[in-house]
Amino acid sequence: MTTPHALTGTWFMNGDTACAEGAIAAGCRFFAGYPITPATEVAERMAERLPKIGGVYIQMEDEIASMAAILGAAWGGAKTMTSTSGPGFSLMMENLGLGIVTETPCVVVDVQRAGPSTGLPTAAGQGDMMQARWGSHGPYEIIALCPSSPQELFDLTVRAFNLSERFRLPVLVMTDEVVGHMSEKVIIPKVEDLVVTPRRAPTKPPGEFFLYQPGPDGVPEMPTVGTGYRVHVTGLTHDRRGYPVLTPEVQREMVERLINKIRDHVDEIVMIEERDTRDAEVVIVAYGITVRPALQAIALARREGIRVGLLKLITAWPFPEKAVRALAARVPLLVVPEINYGQMALEVERCAAGRAKTVLIPYAGGRIHTPEMILQVVRAELAALRDPSGLEKGTDLFYRRPDVRT
Amino acid sequence: MKYWRTPLDAEQVYIPRGAVRISGERCKGCGICIEFCPKKVLERSSRFNAKGYYPPEVKAGAWCVNCHFCEVLCPDFAIHSTEITPPTARGTKS
Amino acid sequence: MSDNSKINLAPFPNPIDHLLRADRMPHIWCPGCGIGTVLKAMLDAIVESALPENDLAFVSGIGCTARVPGYVRLDSFHTTHGRSLPYATGLHLANPRLKVVVVSGDGDLFAIGGNHFIHAARRNVDLLVVCVNNFTYGMTGGQAGPTTPTGHKSTTTPAGNLESPFNLPNLAAAAGAVYIARWTTLHARPLQATILEALGKPGFRFIEVIAPCPTAYGRRNKMGEALDMMKLFYEKSVISHGANTQDVDIDLDNKLVVGRFFDRPRPTLAERLGIARQGAEG
Repeated sequence: MTTPHALTGTWFMNGDTACAEGAIAAGCRFFAGYPITPATEVAERMAERLPKIGGVYIQMEDEIASMAAILGAAWGGAKTMTSTSGPGFSLMMENLGLGIVTETPCVVVDVQRAGPSTGLPTAAGQGDMMQARWGSHGPYEIIALCPSSPQELFDLTVRAFNLSERFRLPVLVMTDEVVGHMSEKVIIPKVEDLVVTPRRAPTKPPGEFFLYQPGPDGVPEMPTVGTGYRVHVTGLTHDRRGYPVLTPEVQREMVERLINKIRDHVDEIVMIEERDTRDAEVVIVAYGITVRPALQAIALARREGIRVGLLKLITAWPFPEKAVRALAARVPLLVVPEINYGQMALEVERCAAGRAKTVLIPYAGGRIHTPEMILQVVRAELAALRDPSGLEKGTDLFYRRPDVRT
Repeated sequence: MKYWRTPLDAEQVYIPRGAVRISGERCKGCGICIEFCPKKVLERSSRFNAKGYYPPEVKAGAWCVNCHFCEVLCPDFAIHSTEITPPTARGTKS
Repeated sequence: MSDNSKINLAPFPNPIDHLLRADRMPHIWCPGCGIGTVLKAMLDAIVESALPENDLAFVSGIGCTARVPGYVRLDSFHTTHGRSLPYATGLHLANPRLKVVVVSGDGDLFAIGGNHFIHAARRNVDLLVVCVNNFTYGMTGGQAGPTTPTGHKSTTTPAGNLESPFNLPNLAAAAGAVYIARWTTLHARPLQATILEALGKPGFRFIEVIAPCPTAYGRRNKMGEALDMMKLFYEKSVISHGANTQDVDIDLDNKLVVGRFFDRPRPTLAERLGIARQGAEG
């Protein structure tokens, strides 16, 4: 049993540090990572803190090994985490799939930077969002959370651990270099005020227990290695005993259970925040750092009399389909600023299903959107919508007005 | 074992005897046990199992000294020997 | 009293069945495959060691040898290609009481897994690594690998391998392993004794086992059936305990040095992290 511990207090804290403290508060006692800008500080904080509270920090030889190590350590009974950025995230994909199919709880933090490839290591990006959903091969569902501040990075890391234990899968925290490296006020509650989900222990003794027998909610119990359950954990398609059975029937059963495990509980998993959407004529759909210029853009717009609202995606995956569909039904324009060339915007457009116009404000990375950028597009697109001549109507997501510079 | 005379230490020396147990259904007919049995106890059977492999069969069970070498080498966990405890002590008789 | 003259097609429980997932027998390995013999040696050594069975865990990567944990009735993990060592490292560090055995093949451990091997050895993680070296990638049909002898044929070297193979014991020694041995599958009893000895030692222990792969490798190189290959390996073997690992390159035409080469303990990772508990040796 891990002794609960939290760095209770009010701090002026760097995002990466807050992330590490969130993990510790959630009960994480094993971290395996590899240095990569801008996530190194998470590892450094864990290296400093874990040995003092009975945990283990190990720096692995690469990100592939880091992901493998946190899966192994999870079966050894620990709550585990790793942190990385784009290039390392790409390396982790195969083992992420192993974690998903073996239903291993753990947390992977991606502090996104401008890509692709080596890109701008010290600057913001949001280009890994689709990779978070589909980066590993094969059909699966994943949970990814997007913090917009160091406080949220703390809170959502705790939530990530809880979700990973609740649903027995790796959970991603998709943040970015700006949130990771900014310092802001972070309030860390007392240990007794923290909600921490424990691992779901087996309720049957060895011999009667099946490793992947789902409970009524579709999630199986997880024994700890060394307690006599003699589990067999494999990445091959397996039945409820965990034994590889390589038939289409078992494949379907296994894959559908893994997918339904998440889809059946979207209401419990999805978190969004809506601001000023009740009377909105245009809603900005944003996540991560981009929420912050969006909020300022909304304030500026409202002063001009433009009724703009915000849909903040706290959970990026599973995608908040219901919230977007509901908005699209009554709001004619959805604007999606993101530091990529259209990733979450594709999902927004899909869910809008043509009822609202979806406009992407792309950005290559390196800096974040300014409120003025967002406001310009909002003004222009609203004007286009109202244009009776129909000249300005475009449904292409990537349609860019020549007079709007981003 | 027949001796032409009784060895002086016949009372102390005990040659084990074994019974070979073959799980024919697991056997894959590799022939390793037959080849490497030091007492040449086994031979390939003319009967085959459900997978079409020809398991070994005991041709000279009396020679088995329970060395377990077949058991140790068999890749399929398909053969082992167990000791036959003699009804009388210390065998000099055949 | 026992009639040995008839074959018995009904299954006889094998003495080691309690450590096997007998409901998955017969296993998938080919007739004569050396992996079964290695597994038998490992299981017998485990029984003889009297280690608490629940403290043991098997970890593997991908390949024929990596199917071993699937047949072992202990906590067992069949992970991704080449990544058994970091996985096992995490498993062990989260629960240092566990005795983790990594069993995988030459390609899995030394091609894709090469980097992980040298680091696990460097760190001296408490792992017993049994590498079944059959000179090929058997599961995928017999491609050349990092231990395929020069000139030998495989599906990806139809004109003969142009590369040189690793000297695995030397690699292990250079990387920091503390116990190194090599046997062939026909040396089944010394192999079992070596595994037993290694189970009782701490640190990163490496045992290479030369095994026949008649189906994917031996056939293409005219080496006969499994028992012919076993005889070949055995006949070329020279037992040389304490040999310098630099001198144990495998030359299947001339000499194959086997034995216990190396036993030099040093502090393990768990000891250095201060988490080796209950006075466990590994």
